[in-house]
Amino acid sequence: MKPPPFGYHRARDVAGATALVAELGEDAKFLAGGQSLIPMMNFRLARPAHLVDIARLGELSFLRRDDDRLHVGALTTHHEVESAPDRSVRGFEVVREAMRWIGHLPIRTRGTAGGSLAHGDATAEWCLLAVLLDAEIVTASPRGSRVIPAGEAFLGFFTTLLEPDELIVEVVFPKPAPHAALTEFAERRGDFAIVAAAVDLDVAGGRVTGGRVVLGGVAPVPLRVPAAEALLGAGERADAELFAACGRAAAEAVDPPDGPGPGADYRRSLVRALVARACEEALAR
Amino acid sequence: MREPGFTADGTWVGASVKRKEDPRLLTGRARFVDDIHLPRMLHAQFVRSSVAAGEITSVDLSRVRDVPGVVAAFTAADLDLGDITAVLDRPRSEFVPTAMPVLARDRVRFVGEPIAIVLAEDAYAVEDGLEAAEVTYRAGTPVLSEEQALAPGAPLVHDEAADNVLLDVSMFATEGIDDIFADAPCVVSVRATTGRQNALPLETRGVVASWDARAGQLLVQTCTQVPHVVRTVLAGCLGRPENTVRVVVPDMGGGFGIKCVVGREEIAVAAASLRVGRPVKWIEDRKDALTASFLAREQRYQARAAFDEAGRILALDADVLCDMGAYSCYPFSAGIEPLMASAEMPGVYRVPAYRVRGRAITTNKAPTAPYRGVSRPQYVMVMERLFERAARELGLGPVEIRRRNLITTFPYTGVNGITYDPGSYLESLNLAERVLTEEGWYERQRELAGQGRFLGIGYSCFNERTGYGSDAFAKRRMAVVPGFDISEIRMDTSGTVVATTGTMSHGQSHETTMAQIVADRLGLDLDHVFIQQGDTDRVAYGWGTFASRSITIGGSAVGLAAGRLGDKLLHIGAHLLRTRPDNVELSGGRVRKCDDHTRSLSYVDIAEVAYLKAHLLPKDVDPGLTATASFDGIGDGTFSNASHGVVVELHAGTGQVEILRYACVEDCGVAINPQVVEGQARGGIAQGIAGALFEQVTYDEQGEPSAASFIDYKVPTACEIPDISIHHLETPSAFTGNGAKGVGEGGTIGAPAAVLNAVNDALRPTGVELDDTPITPERVLGALEVRWTTR
Ligand SMILES: Cc1cc2nc3c(=O)[nH]c(=O)nc-3n(C[C@H](O)[C@H](O)[C@H](O)COP(=O)(O)OP(=O)(O)OC[C@H]3O[C@@H](n4cnc5c(N)ncnc54)[C@H](O)[C@@H]3O)c2cc1C
Repeated sequence: MKPPPFGYHRARDVAGATALVAELGEDAKFLAGGQSLIPMMNFRLARPAHLVDIARLGELSFLRRDDDRLHVGALTTHHEVESAPDRSVRGFEVVREAMRWIGHLPIRTRGTAGGSLAHGDATAEWCLLAVLLDAEIVTASPRGSRVIPAGEAFLGFFTTLLEPDELIVEVVFPKPAPHAALTEFAERRGDFAIVAAAVDLDVAGGRVTGGRVVLGGVAPVPLRVPAAEALLGAGERADAELFAACGRAAAEAVDPPDGPGPGADYRRSLVRALVARACEEALAR
Repeated sequence: MREPGFTADGTWVGASVKRKEDPRLLTGRARFVDDIHLPRMLHAQFVRSSVAAGEITSVDLSRVRDVPGVVAAFTAADLDLGDITAVLDRPRSEFVPTAMPVLARDRVRFVGEPIAIVLAEDAYAVEDGLEAAEVTYRAGTPVLSEEQALAPGAPLVHDEAADNVLLDVSMFATEGIDDIFADAPCVVSVRATTGRQNALPLETRGVVASWDARAGQLLVQTCTQVPHVVRTVLAGCLGRPENTVRVVVPDMGGGFGIKCVVGREEIAVAAASLRVGRPVKWIEDRKDALTASFLAREQRYQARAAFDEAGRILALDADVLCDMGAYSCYPFSAGIEPLMASAEMPGVYRVPAYRVRGRAITTNKAPTAPYRGVSRPQYVMVMERLFERAARELGLGPVEIRRRNLITTFPYTGVNGITYDPGSYLESLNLAERVLTEEGWYERQRELAGQGRFLGIGYSCFNERTGYGSDAFAKRRMAVVPGFDISEIRMDTSGTVVATTGTMSHGQSHETTMAQIVADRLGLDLDHVFIQQGDTDRVAYGWGTFASRSITIGGSAVGLAAGRLGDKLLHIGAHLLRTRPDNVELSGGRVRKCDDHTRSLSYVDIAEVAYLKAHLLPKDVDPGLTATASFDGIGDGTFSNASHGVVVELHAGTGQVEILRYACVEDCGVAINPQVVEGQARGGIAQGIAGALFEQVTYDEQGEPSAASFIDYKVPTACEIPDISIHHLETPSAFTGNGAKGVGEGGTIGAPAAVLNAVNDALRPTGVELDDTPITPERVLGALEVRWTTR
């Protein structure tokens, strides 16, 4: 459980980081919090020839409101978001509250928003939140900067739209989601979720007029569930009955993997329960 | 002199004094194996088998030796070491001895089996070296389950073990037992399997071997529970006299049994160090610890019990099969689990008729070693399930049926030939029930049932045989028989005392608890007593720490040695005080005249005479203040006991089992240090809960372990383990120096049964019962929704 030899470089600025990775080629990787990359290197499952450490790029560590938008710098740690003051996350409480599901405190003090999005785990809270809230992933590379809509970012199992030399700079959540929630289940506190469910409800006058449902743990990428969302768009009364129906619809719509580990039937049951629970929590928020 | 640590009647024994180990442990000044750095030291790791079964057709290490930083690499042929073979003194029809080579020679029997050792300048280069090894195999079909192992014509794991059976014993078979079952008004049965587990000490295994040219000794610093046993086996495998090997154990971060057997890596590292003439360190990494170390606990029970109308058990019939994996561990052998289960299954109950068959099978999985509790967590779980099931059939309460069957008069000799010394079986159960009743859990259960929620209450009752002496171990027919312990004690000129023990604390606080015993015997301050352990050059022989033997056997030996030293102090003191020997006593670090407390001599005064003015000693007393004593376990040992009561809630929707309340009523006789006892109980219960609900070592169809990190091997964390309240009862042992009984394993033994009973109590409305562990949320939800079969 020791990594193979690699070269270590520390970046001074964003342009330098991306230029260096471009120059070093395919086998170079950015190193942020190291909470996904280093364990994979220790197991020799990842063997980058070079690491370009971006951890000292302080300008990428921020949490900022501008008008209705929430900007999270790529190097902002899960723990910094988790402990953000109320005023800076007003309307985006779901983002802050979701952080406590990520690993354990020591991991959250190092792991970063950008690293999580780039890693692209289908149950990662950041990936689910990004898809749920239509986030924009802002990147920089030697070819300039671009904005990737979260809905298009995740291509498959740990695979994203990012080029090897493309650095995530920030993730932008475009509008407040006061009635959103993320919940999940794992056998142990801090584990990656077996199933995670995130919902965002539009609520008006005690009725649900629209909503989004995103699931982790049932597909290679964070999965939106139109069948369940349709139920939320019908203007029904916001109550347990609707939420249970939404859970059932989501469970019927998904085709989760059948092991290794938890089986498909179990994951489907979890979807049913967790979507309903997430709706309840979203409404109560 | 009254110290804060003293009990009310002025003794150290019975007081929760702070641990003498803690200052160094808590301030990072302890020294574990991995903290040892010697000049020119190399780092070792092992090329391990990638197939579960097969023949090795070639091992090519030439590219390994070319890797930068690699210094040497050796195969079995290069090192030419003797095998490790555990033997039982039983006929071949009952037990088949099998050899465990230090490095695999021509055959591999599990994924992870060591084939070659690589030495390099640092811990990184050595792993680069491993990747360059080229091993080819003629892969065979692995045997991975009971069905595969016992199938006619199954491939053999060891050629000498036909049918893949290493041990097969049938015991007791009370006459007429079949008639009892035929005539009984109530017969219940349980089929249960328990998951393979890893004992998982926080500190993985590790060793530093070096040659001490001055002493002419191989110095092996290793984290073992059994330093002398390691020395004996090392010397044997290396073919050198035992006096040229010294095993020293630094601080240890746990063992739980997997370090009470001899590891083949320890031997290979020592041999490699001798070959290259440089110190060599091996620290097992977590992946190897999870997949290629010693495992435990994979068992299958098929048990029946007959009851009369009043719920009294009439007979017990059990078939126990233990999957011991690829090799027999030394010195206990693959017989350890089935023999423990077969001998002790009746437990705390009056079982008049008993028949058991116990088998150990060998499979292509990592081998097993005794893990805290050894089979008792499993058979107690099965016994407790049998009682629960009978209670349901007979319409009795689960606590009531136990009351009717617990042993209440002592000594009691069971149908298994074991004599149980006094315990508080009934009292502990009653107290556990009272605790849960008074806290209102039964009312809460009724209340929640009305809301369609699933609250369950479960109990377990058990005892724990501790202080096995040579006679008790000899009954197991081990070829080498553990049992006794020897202690040497000496007082120096400063009046402080050092006592040795052959036991080996790997977290149990012996430096504190044994010092409490000595301090009381000698009327000394605890700060003036030091315990030395873990050095084969300091103690003639010792059996180490396992089977809850340390305080009962080691502590008794230490106490006896201290008593002898005390006698010598009294003798010299009386002489110097010019009085009769029966007119002096030891207290407050002095020898005092009984009839005149103002006349006394300090131990420093006496030590000065004993060492520096020996001409003043009585004529019949040798200079120096030393004594030696040994102690061996008496009879069938001494039995601790406990009852656990657990409240769980099952969560609809996720199947999560939440433990709401855990109460443990334990009786370990005299608790030398109650806080240490509670620590043992809590840690044990955590491991028991782990087995009941979380942990399982699994393999794919090729025998590849599928849990190689903590992502998949679900050791619970502090978040999953509830607060545990502990209540003490005290039935002193007549068989040990201080009335203490062993307490190392009890928590682990009682937890799976109590948790399982609570889960099944909660599941009552569904009609489903779960008897296999671990009970994962997936299986609970399957039961709650009765929608898919358990998996
Ligand atoms: C025990 C444990 C439990 C965990 N549990 C969870 C959990 O429950 N949920 C969860 O979501 N995560 C979990 N994690 C992972 C954790 O959240 C990581 O921090 C996160 O996945 C990666 O962030 P990082 O900053 O550590 O990235 P790193 O490990 O440094 O990098 C990860 C990958 O992203 C790339 N990268 C990093 N930053 C950027 C960037 N700005 N632009 C482009 N590429 C970049 C790297 O090159 C690398 O490929 C857990 C980790 C551990 C060790």
